[in-house]
Amino acid sequence: MNEHLENLKEIRSLMERSSKFLSLSGLSGISAGIIALVGAYFVYAKKVEITNNSNPKGIFDAALQGTDFKMFVFQVACFTLIGALISGIYFTVRKAKKSNEKIWNNLSKKLLLNLSIPLVTGALFSLALVQQNMLWMAASSTLIFYGLALIFASNYTVRDVFYLGLLEIVLGLLSVIFVGYTFLFWVVGFGVLHILYGSSMYFKYDK
Amino acid sequence: MILEKFNKTFESKARLGIMSVLMVNESVNFNSLKELLNLTDGNLATHVKALEEAGYLSVQKEFIGRKPNTLYLVTADGRKAFEDHLSVLEAFIKNS
Repeated sequence: MNEHLENLKEIRSLMERSSKFLSLSGLSGISAGIIALVGAYFVYAKKVEITNNSNPKGIFDAALQGTDFKMFVFQVACFTLIGALISGIYFTVRKAKKSNEKIWNNLSKKLLLNLSIPLVTGALFSLALVQQNMLWMAASSTLIFYGLALIFASNYTVRDVFYLGLLEIVLGLLSVIFVGYTFLFWVVGFGVLHILYGSSMYFKYDK
Repeated sequence: MILEKFNKTFESKARLGIMSVLMVNESVNFNSLKELLNLTDGNLATHVKALEEAGYLSVQKEFIGRKPNTLYLVTADGRKAFEDHLSVLEAFIKNS
């Protein structure tokens, strides 16, 4: 009897371990969120500096005063992305080492492939929109494509990533409707949600 | 007697493990299976052979560069047999 119960548990665990990349660390999410908030702060400070208006609504008004702001946002976005990726990879590699799992296996390859296809598509699409001066649309599309990337990737990792993806898409769509509040949606999507989901994943799986 | 319904092919833990992994993956290669199940080459090969002879898994050989890569896939029969086995296991646990 106990033997059969043990067998069932083992079957369950093998099915999960062999089909899902479980070393994704909650700390990766938390650090990505914090970096996004820092990036957002720089963008906000620059906007206040340019427009002398401390209202976070209409962040792209600052871009009307020349192209400096556009370039600045682009640079901050690049640094934020690189920082989030490096810290995310660092914490995940650390967790994999702790649990003696290989970091570069079939699952992490599939995860990365599924994550990067919508992500790269979204990045190129957003850049094209920036080129056309549709800045608020570009900001919304980063949220939408990021959400799609998470949903794709969630097939190969913990379920939480799926719901995070859904929320990012909802925020992205809302930000297209509530024009002017793009910056706030962006802060919630890339900052707050990452910290919330990262913490919840940390306490659920990393402890 | 419910015990008679247990599938003899799945009697060993290793075979249950191999089937579990194959059920949720399109295909799995020899080395991944070995790592996941913590088995030796010889041990894994024997169990895989037994499952293949029972018609529960199929083998595909391919080359990555010059290295041979052996892939294992669950067959329709294997899927059915494993699901039946799980149902019997579950019923057995619930009834006892």
